[in-house]
Amino acid sequence: MKQKTGNESPLGLLTRVLLVVVLDAAIGWFIYNSVQLGFTQLAAVLAVVLVMLNIIFLLPQAYAYRWMAIGLSFLIIFVIYPILFTVYVAFTNYGDGHLLTKEQALKSIQQATYLPEEGKSYSWTAYKSADNQYVLWLIDSNGDTFLAKVGEEIVPAKPGDPGIGEADSKGIPQTIEGFQRLNTLLAAADKELPNIKFGVEGGKTVQVRSPSEAAELQIRYLYDEATDTVTDQETGEIYYNIDGTFTSRTGKTINPGFRAVVGFKNFIQFATSPALRGPLVRIMTWNFVFPTISVLSTFFLGLAIAIMFNDPNFPLKKIIRSLLLIPYTIPSLITILIWRGMMNPEFGIINRTLERWIGVAPPWTTEPIWAQAAVLLVNLWLGYPYFMLVTSGALQSIPADLYEAATVDGAGAWVRFRKITLPLLLVAVGPLLIASFVFNFNNFNLIYLFINGGPPIVGAQTQAGHTDILISYVYNLAFASGGRGVQYGFASAISIIIFIIVGAITLAQFRFTNMWEEVSQNV
Amino acid sequence: MSSTSLAQTYQRISSSKKFQERFSIAIRLVIAVFLIFFSIFPVLWILSAALDPRNSLTTQDLIPPNWSFDNFLRLFNKDPNFSFGDLKYWTWLWNSVKISTISTVLSLSLTTMAAYAFSRLRFAGRITLLKAILLIQVFPNLLALVAIYVLIFQAGQIVPAIGLNTHAGLILVYMGGSMGLNIWLMKGFLDTIPRAIDESGMIDGASNFQIFYQLLLPLLRPILIVIGILSFIGTYGDFILARILLNDSSQYTLMVGLQIFTAGQFDKKWGVFAAGALIGALPIMITYLALQDQIAGGLTQGAVKE
Repeated sequence: MKQKTGNESPLGLLTRVLLVVVLDAAIGWFIYNSVQLGFTQLAAVLAVVLVMLNIIFLLPQAYAYRWMAIGLSFLIIFVIYPILFTVYVAFTNYGDGHLLTKEQALKSIQQATYLPEEGKSYSWTAYKSADNQYVLWLIDSNGDTFLAKVGEEIVPAKPGDPGIGEADSKGIPQTIEGFQRLNTLLAAADKELPNIKFGVEGGKTVQVRSPSEAAELQIRYLYDEATDTVTDQETGEIYYNIDGTFTSRTGKTINPGFRAVVGFKNFIQFATSPALRGPLVRIMTWNFVFPTISVLSTFFLGLAIAIMFNDPNFPLKKIIRSLLLIPYTIPSLITILIWRGMMNPEFGIINRTLERWIGVAPPWTTEPIWAQAAVLLVNLWLGYPYFMLVTSGALQSIPADLYEAATVDGAGAWVRFRKITLPLLLVAVGPLLIASFVFNFNNFNLIYLFINGGPPIVGAQTQAGHTDILISYVYNLAFASGGRGVQYGFASAISIIIFIIVGAITLAQFRFTNMWEEVSQNV
Repeated sequence: MSSTSLAQTYQRISSSKKFQERFSIAIRLVIAVFLIFFSIFPVLWILSAALDPRNSLTTQDLIPPNWSFDNFLRLFNKDPNFSFGDLKYWTWLWNSVKISTISTVLSLSLTTMAAYAFSRLRFAGRITLLKAILLIQVFPNLLALVAIYVLIFQAGQIVPAIGLNTHAGLILVYMGGSMGLNIWLMKGFLDTIPRAIDESGMIDGASNFQIFYQLLLPLLRPILIVIGILSFIGTYGDFILARILLNDSSQYTLMVGLQIFTAGQFDKKWGVFAAGALIGALPIMITYLALQDQIAGGLTQGAVKE
């Protein structure tokens, strides 16, 4: 089709240029702020989007892309970038103890101070308030006087200044507003006073060293950029940057650590850590068993229903189909929670009924095998209507004369099903079976909402249960660690492993079904 | 009548085609009744729980004695005997409707315009991009949860209005999915609209946008409704993204709110949960059942219910 970019009206051109200017300004401002805050990756992806938008809106050859410019930007920022970021995080130690960037961590480390044996000193007098706050009156060797409060800059002060009383014979004020002067004996006996840092954290701070002396605190850790080491000024010990934690030769570490690339460590941990291996093998096995049984059970029940009611003369066909479709029409979160209530082992209707009729109340939530059965049963309920819908559609497309010919040749119902229905059906719905497998492979909602992965695997290092699948395990690692600390890096590494499994299954499917060829013919 | 003739009569009747057919239908009807019981029992059970003023899982019967609408009134959280700290049901419902509506409208416009380009214009990278869109959908955004969380956290540091705990941030993330499978559905539908319509517009000197907006868009109504409803229901039912991005009870969507409401002491909130679940689910259920044929048509194109 002819494209009409050549005869753009002057008004259209003006609008387009204005749009580009506005977009550039807005995104540019966002990039500037990202850089300021140290969000380098975010700035980079926004820069990519910025360049892309400029090309799309300024080059006439890119005209068609103007129709999808915003959609593409969202796709890059909210779908592709998170995938890439996940890959990056998988190779880092991002998580509790390593949440900060290196700059932030160094800033925090360099705020630590120590009280040197020697150094600039003052003579001091302490004042205490009714609610146990202290201030110090300091006199240095030159006779200059200062007032030191906690959390405020240490300022030069003179007796008689506002809020400060008149001086006594030694030049020390009798009173300070709101505070009571402590005599030398009381001050020397005060247990808290030597632990208090006066002044502002990170700036000049003063601490009491002895009854006669207060001293200026010094920065404890010095960072050397050339060697990437931190030296403890107090002990002289050198700390080396090992995987995002400054660690000394004797194994001492400085908190906080920071985000650092740690290579394949998370993946190696996944494969080898004995504390993880037990639960992970179980989770992996179940992660394949669960979708396999789910797909087979939902497919065959859906297909059985479709075949049973495929007859056009069947009475009440429409209403039966609608009633059977109901599980599919309710948001799954709601139905999963309903099933959770119904399958409550003590109070739920299912166990109350079973108990009354056959005297057995299966422990749906506490015994691994029953919990797995419960999850599969609920998923059968949730999933069969989908296959009922798609197989009844596919059944109608199988030509009737095939069945007639088979009947003439003496084939019974079972043979006709196995030799005609099933193979032809599988061609049509095969990709949907794979898609359903992949969906259930990551069916987080069901596992998490119905049973939260339980019952727990005894002795697991991180929260893990007998019905947990990888994705719910990842969620626990990243967001709900129950006091054990979040492990974004490790969680992302497992996400990558799921990516690879799911991607391999899908690619294999594309190859088997020649989907690409079909796709190419259709476009 | 002798026993032989009885057997003969039986044989004659049972071998008659009509009888066989009726017998088979009868059996299938019996099976259907069982299946329907399996399929609608949870719905009946939740209906009964919602109408049972005792609000307890433990004592509930299928037919509640002294049924009333008390549980529905308790959703307002003003009953002093049944007060639930963070229950803000109507706020959650409103949040869900608001977020789903905005997301659906925005993503429909992005999808439709992109689908127009894919269907009507020829440009370099067209087929590659179409395939890429299909491939990217293989990776559920569930897997990049940590990254999305960090992304929205950082965005919020720059512009608080799109950060964590905001609806705008959540909607932006949903927008990322608008370049998805729906483009294929929409493009497929556009391909069936004859080019002659475009050409007639072109002869009259209409621009591409005028052709799209004035000639094609009205013809797209059926597919717009189907995709719109599917996308609304998908967003409305989404749980996990909303769960991690929203952390204040007055910002929750209905799904997040209901999930958090039911955590802990479920049996003492059962009736109220049931009432809330019914109100939240019925409109969706009715829409689905009314449009089941159209929706089934859309599904067989390869989408799986999320």
